[in-house]
Amino acid sequence: MPTLEDYRDLVGADTVEELHLLGRRLEGKSVLNVNATAVGGGVAEILSRMVPLLRQLGVDARWEVIKGGEDFHAATKRFHNALHGAAATVTPRDYEVYEVTLQENLAALSLEAGIVFIHDPQPAGLVRERKALGNKWIWRCHIDLSRPDPEVWEFFRAYVKQYDACVFSAPSFARSLEVPQMLIAPSIDPLSDKNRELTPEETGAILERLRIPTDKPIVTQVSRFDRLKDPAGVIEAFRMANASASARLLLVGGPADDDPEGAQVLAEVQERTKGDEDILVLCLPPTSHLEINAIQRASTIILQKSLREGFGLTVTEALWKGKPVIAGAVGGLPLQISHKCSGVLTHSIEGTAYWLRHLLNEPAYAAWLGANGREGVRQHFLLTRQLRDYLLLFAFLESGERDFIHLAGEAVHKGTR
Amino acid sequence: MKLVRAREPFRFFTRLCLTRLTGLKARNLRELLDHLEAAPDTVIYQHTHRFLRQHQYLVPEPPNDFAYWVGNVLVDERLAERLAAIDTLRFSSLEELKRALIGAIGAHLEQHAKGRDVPEGKEFHFMEAIRFSLPTWYEAQDLAGFAGCLRRVGISSLYLHLFEALLSPPLGLNDFATWLVTQLDEKALARRVSGLDPYTHTLEGLRSALVGMVERRLEEISRADS
Repeated sequence: MPTLEDYRDLVGADTVEELHLLGRRLEGKSVLNVNATAVGGGVAEILSRMVPLLRQLGVDARWEVIKGGEDFHAATKRFHNALHGAAATVTPRDYEVYEVTLQENLAALSLEAGIVFIHDPQPAGLVRERKALGNKWIWRCHIDLSRPDPEVWEFFRAYVKQYDACVFSAPSFARSLEVPQMLIAPSIDPLSDKNRELTPEETGAILERLRIPTDKPIVTQVSRFDRLKDPAGVIEAFRMANASASARLLLVGGPADDDPEGAQVLAEVQERTKGDEDILVLCLPPTSHLEINAIQRASTIILQKSLREGFGLTVTEALWKGKPVIAGAVGGLPLQISHKCSGVLTHSIEGTAYWLRHLLNEPAYAAWLGANGREGVRQHFLLTRQLRDYLLLFAFLESGERDFIHLAGEAVHKGTR
Repeated sequence: MKLVRAREPFRFFTRLCLTRLTGLKARNLRELLDHLEAAPDTVIYQHTHRFLRQHQYLVPEPPNDFAYWVGNVLVDERLAERLAAIDTLRFSSLEELKRALIGAIGAHLEQHAKGRDVPEGKEFHFMEAIRFSLPTWYEAQDLAGFAGCLRRVGISSLYLHLFEALLSPPLGLNDFATWLVTQLDEKALARRVSGLDPYTHTLEGLRSALVGMVERRLEEISRADS
């Protein structure tokens, strides 16, 4: 498990020092994180790194996972889809199962902590104990709540309004609420297998193993085979740009065994690209972190032509590798890319084709965009920034929720030559 | 080398911010103006100083959030240009800066209709900055110590002392220049420091320029001594 010092060279000594300065002011404060799963998924991935780092900074951080049967997980999956705005049939029984399961968890969990930090809707209802405990509660919502199913949202809203603060990943994901709503973007871990530096030899060996030719520049989109990621639009844009004369398109996704629509989209993509040697479709297992890392590093341009998107951490990963990115101007992508400064935002197949041709023909400009994109991620979207924002949020709650907070000082280092 | 020792050392602080969502959003210029008129300092700070600080790794960086949205989303280039020309760092209060933004949008609306509505999902979201002031571990007693600290402090600290300080008395002077004049009697160096242009340097570039200025002054003092 990496220590905070392992991040120093990547994020800068000043960033690590700021974390220590903040940590000193929160030393000994207890923070209990609660979510629904210990492994798998982005929340567990972040918590597995975040909790040890908080502890290194002196915060008494813990992490608990709620328990529930199959019916609870099925119900919360339907809640999740409904809150996301997707069609889902939620039944009265689902609400009942939710209430009963959370009551059982309340009996089993110790929620004694200065701050209880609840992640996502599954454990949100634990907040009913807040009054009895008299501590501070934060709800971290990782999903897009901009178009929720009204009935399901009303059910959760009754819980959410009992919190001291809520956290969202993008402004458009938030709802109208009486409690303070904070914007804290998610982040990537630069030391994970998905993002760590690879030597050219490592990258080359992985590409060879995956039989990806490197005789032409590679243009890549990494995403699920999902219509909202517009793989058909990517293929059309690539062909419209006449890019095959000078590049090869790589569509990389996961297997679609458990997703009937995903399987259908994959079949359509394979049909569309049949016989085209300049378009490769690759299905990789979900554990292929190093492979994705190598493919992104070997690419000349990364596409993310989504029609709808959450925050879009695959774009963050590509930007971190210094790659010029052409992305749809949707979801959290405009938060990550300043158009024509640190990447390109497009609205159509034609726009994507235009910029693809442009960047392939202007490698110096593409490299400039890539360098800016990497620096933007270094400053705003690495794990250490998310850690700092969480510490600031704890300090905000501890300091009486004011707009301007002075955190007192301590001993100084004299300036040195 | 004999260096003047400050009666009061320069203590480096840093500025950290947390973003709070207000839930207010604008779909067109009229709504942008209405919300702007009611906006507190925390909102103005977020979309001007904070925006500038967040984009300081780009040269030239987009000047403020309003100009960026009007230019890239509303695609009203004339107004975007006018808003971009409003120099965040020229104002000694956030209220004055807000008035300048309102003036530009208001004048534009007098000559043009409210403009088109942007599609759902492209609205301007009003946010507030919750500001945290935090003393760092660095403190300088003389010019050599000052150079040492400048090499090490974070870029948030540089932004705070060089640019955000312009919002506090003494107006129009940054913290470094004030200290150099009042504590070390370094008027010429203070003038050079005040002349640094944030729009043509990244903050790391500004750090190099600043350190270079102080080092050159130290060489001058050293030569004069010998």
